[in-house]
Amino acid sequence: MLDVILITGVLSATMRLATPLVYGTIGETFSERAGVLNLGIEGMMLMGASTGFLVGYTSGNLWLGVFAAAMIGVLLGLIMAFLTVSIGAQQHVAGLGLTIACSGFSFYLYRVTIENVGGVQPHVEPFATIPIPYLSQIPIIGEVLFDQHALAYLGLILVPLSAFILFRTRFGLALRAVGENPSAAATAGIDVFKMRYLCLCIAGALSAIGGAWLSLAQSGMFLPGLTQGRGWVCIALVVFANWSPFRVLGGAILFGGIDAVQLSLQSVGWQIPYQLFLMLPYVLTIAALIAVSRRARAPAALLSAYKRED
Amino acid sequence: MELVVEKRLLPSRRLSIAAPVLSTLAALLISAVPIYLGGVNPLYGYTQLLRGAVGNKLALTETFVIFAPLLLCGIAVALAFTCKFWNIGAEGQLYCGGLIGSLFAVYATSVPSIIAIPVMMILGFLGGAAWAAWPAILKVKLKVDEVVTTLLGNWVMTYAVAAILFGPWKNPVTGWPESPVISDTTNYPILIEGSRFHLGIIIAMLVALAFYVIIRKTKWGFELLGIGGNQTASYAAGINVSRQIILAAIVSGGIAGLAGIGQVAGIEFHMKTDLSPGFGYTGVVIAMVGALSPIGVVLASFLMAVIVQGTQAMHRATGVPWALAETIQGIILLCLLVGLFFTKYRVKLRMR
Amino acid sequence: MANDDFVVEMRDIVKTFPGVTANDHINFQLHRGEIHSLLGENGAGKTTLMNVLYGMYRPESGEIRVNGKRVLFDSPQDAIAMRIGMIHQHFMLVPAMNVTENVILGLRSNRVVVDEASAEKRIGDLASSYGLKVEPHSFIWQLSVGEQQRVEILKAVYREAHILILDEPTAVLTPNESKDLFRILRKMKDEGKSIVYISHKLEEVMEISDTITVLRNGKLVANVLKKDTSKVELAKMMVGREVVFTLSKPPTKIGQPVLQVSNLSALNDRKMPALRNVSFDVKGGEILGIAGVSGNGQRELADVLTGRRKVTGGRINVCGTDVTDVTPREIVDLNVGFIPEDRVGVGLIMGLPILNNAIIKKYRDFSKGPLLDYRVASDYAKHIVSEYGVKTPNIAYPTRTLSGGNLQKLILARELARDPTLLVASQPTRGLDVGATEEIRAKLLDERARGRGVLLISEDLDEILSLSDRIAVIFQGEIMGIIDAESAKLEDIGLMMAGSKRMGES
Repeated sequence: MLDVILITGVLSATMRLATPLVYGTIGETFSERAGVLNLGIEGMMLMGASTGFLVGYTSGNLWLGVFAAAMIGVLLGLIMAFLTVSIGAQQHVAGLGLTIACSGFSFYLYRVTIENVGGVQPHVEPFATIPIPYLSQIPIIGEVLFDQHALAYLGLILVPLSAFILFRTRFGLALRAVGENPSAAATAGIDVFKMRYLCLCIAGALSAIGGAWLSLAQSGMFLPGLTQGRGWVCIALVVFANWSPFRVLGGAILFGGIDAVQLSLQSVGWQIPYQLFLMLPYVLTIAALIAVSRRARAPAALLSAYKRED
Repeated sequence: MELVVEKRLLPSRRLSIAAPVLSTLAALLISAVPIYLGGVNPLYGYTQLLRGAVGNKLALTETFVIFAPLLLCGIAVALAFTCKFWNIGAEGQLYCGGLIGSLFAVYATSVPSIIAIPVMMILGFLGGAAWAAWPAILKVKLKVDEVVTTLLGNWVMTYAVAAILFGPWKNPVTGWPESPVISDTTNYPILIEGSRFHLGIIIAMLVALAFYVIIRKTKWGFELLGIGGNQTASYAAGINVSRQIILAAIVSGGIAGLAGIGQVAGIEFHMKTDLSPGFGYTGVVIAMVGALSPIGVVLASFLMAVIVQGTQAMHRATGVPWALAETIQGIILLCLLVGLFFTKYRVKLRMR
Repeated sequence: MANDDFVVEMRDIVKTFPGVTANDHINFQLHRGEIHSLLGENGAGKTTLMNVLYGMYRPESGEIRVNGKRVLFDSPQDAIAMRIGMIHQHFMLVPAMNVTENVILGLRSNRVVVDEASAEKRIGDLASSYGLKVEPHSFIWQLSVGEQQRVEILKAVYREAHILILDEPTAVLTPNESKDLFRILRKMKDEGKSIVYISHKLEEVMEISDTITVLRNGKLVANVLKKDTSKVELAKMMVGREVVFTLSKPPTKIGQPVLQVSNLSALNDRKMPALRNVSFDVKGGEILGIAGVSGNGQRELADVLTGRRKVTGGRINVCGTDVTDVTPREIVDLNVGFIPEDRVGVGLIMGLPILNNAIIKKYRDFSKGPLLDYRVASDYAKHIVSEYGVKTPNIAYPTRTLSGGNLQKLILARELARDPTLLVASQPTRGLDVGATEEIRAKLLDERARGRGVLLISEDLDEILSLSDRIAVIFQGEIMGIIDAESAKLEDIGLMMAGSKRMGES
């Protein structure tokens, strides 16, 4: 008989672990819907985690850390936009270069800022969860859905908000047009460059916030490899979600769930090496990609650099 | 006053050669900022870097030790990129090659070197090749994007290796997450007394030569260039695009696998979970900085080796965190992309 | 004409691109309520001039006045704000979105949220008032080319355009659809709208225009009233000399069939039938011309014949060998030459040296084992490049350094130097200047004279008429008729192109 407490714990962890995936993937959705594959997402997450932690640690204000992370994310988005949109560099390569640079720099910044005090790993008191009155008392569901971090609630709001923006507003229409047929969008008077710049800034900010969540809400520390390649999972999740925000939530929950199951299996003490479970999300993502590859309809202009005639 | 961007008719030859050089210089300049932030005089830091990489014979041999896997990964990626197969999975292919090669190497105690080393290398090649084959097949048959699959493949493979090395294949002697020691007969011989300069370095350079021949002198190289230039037109002209892409991916993975087994047989003598500090990813940087050309890749690999080796030395001398190496690599790539832009376009100021 | 009746005035416009002056000090005036044709050959600068007017390009110098006021457009948004609308030759539509979304895309408005319902209503009203049938919910990729053009017109009308620019609108229409278009244009003119009609088709220009401006090689050649000129005059101005409307075609010895196509069926990219039971043959020493409006299966036919698309039925036979559903490699090995419609996308690898493109079908002959002898290949490439007049200083230069005409000549050189028994030529002279066009047509006739079979697929009816020995008309994937070129009547061909008639050995 499986323990109710265990199940609740796993489900609750699922929602928690899904949070950074939601932020990163929604951000990436915006960027790809506008036609830019942002492989810099892993780097942006790392920089967000690092900056968020450092600012949170030195200022004592975690929210300031989140804000700083978002700002760094915007800056990185601008750099990515400059490279792919203004310079027209190959999107894969620009993203990878940015990730490699940020990967190193995030840890470098950390080491330079924090003098190692004996063997004590600097840490902050992570964000506390915020239980919603009354709703969080509901058995099981209460703890799972209504006793989460503030960022998780915001993340949940982010999903329908993005869907609304993408599919119901003029801005979203213009955004999608830019990703499908930039020439047509330009002729219609839309500033393709501006739109892509904006979407990359959004992607950067959201990814960085996702990273900040990892250091400020999940672990309270910054370590190299903190992101565990989650940025890459987000890239795959966008395809899996067919570039649609609501599906993103589904995918994030699915993978958060696998993560949560894997963590709890570790504590249960199964004999199977836990790395196999760490591997599971990636294997499943690949399987999901294969499954959806026939169905998936990428924005038609994804990966193409758009050049103004002039 | 405004900036006008114009496409050049002919990409400027002079700038094409100058671009990587200027980009590197620009990157080093930019990287001086974090060094300074770290409380170190950048000039002093860079001097230590150069000294630590090429300052004396021992340092130079160590630089070559790093050069070998970087060169192999650079070639692996460059070959794949030539036909636009975006192989970001060199890291995983490296590990797979190391793993498969080690499986033989650990138990080959009774096999003489003259047979054992080539067999081990072939197995290393096959291991890497296999790990590149499945993303290639998925791309060709099902149109699954290889960027994501090869990338995720890296994580799958590194976890798989960890699972094996923490588990059934843990070193019974030391208890560390590494395989048992490989057979002496499979060690790459040291070629320069008193150093770690090993056979693998020569092998890497031979592979570079092979890469040159392939691209510049063979039918296959011609076809790969065509596919990378315009896949549709190449197919219409009768080139078997699917087959060549899969073949290129396999060879690419195999070369990365050689890098992996080279690290095992030349330096580590065990299969390890930390066999590579990201050589596969650096390979991507190298391939781009080297403009996918054989000579460019060799030069770029050496540059990166200098940086990796040199930053370690700089770290020892100044305390600058060694994560700087990765940062510099990334910045070089980004500066290069900017430099590439200027080889293709002319920017003018115009009066309005 | 009084000066203040100009609704658009463009003075001394200069627009250059790297290596070419597209508009060389051009003056252009559009009167209120007139239909003004911009006539010229491909590459004369007509589209460029109107792109300048529409704000897509910034001219190097010159000024533009709309309704007497000097304007400076930064983007099409500015032009649209001044009630100028443009319907491009290549539609600027987003296939994945529906009609309504495409029409309202980019509209300036204070609302954040899209009000799809009222937009649909307005679209419906406008559509019916002009007789444009569209279904607001359909996705663009589901629409026919003619329907897509209607969406483009709706876009302009929805934005209350008073000045409409149409770029080669009938290139994609059947004769009937063209009549509909003219009816719509006349109605707009009656409402006081002013229209610029870009075309290189003399018949149309003589039918629809009030005024005609002729451009040639980027320069203004003439500005005349329709009633003061004639088709022959216009042709001379357009081309710069007396134009011969028919090429001399000496009789040849007709040989064995080199291509036999029987009951061929195939699907297009949207999995709809594109070829239905097509049968015809091409004999050595003749040119069979496939006539038809673009989008009736020509592309799929070329694809199927060159191994790039699978058939769903029927057989293809080249010189006695069955080549149904073989790979492009086998087609190449059978010595079939192919001049693709999409030069740059399908025919050439622009980023590679001219050498590579020149030898891409023959490189295996220059190879010993795995090695490719670039020296021998280079000699061959240099030889064919000079023989076919491809102008380049060095075959090591990237192919994209070649001009449009030279690109086509390179393809021609590559294909013809292999002495193909069958040549499939798809839109071989599209977008080329007169000189290049004549050279290429002459080469096609050469092949015919040497006993080779040529399948000419062209949307240029004049080209079909002047080059072919026999003409097959394709409409919605079916061959409506195969007739002798000598005795062909233009009305019959037109009717077949529109699907209203069948003739001959169909």
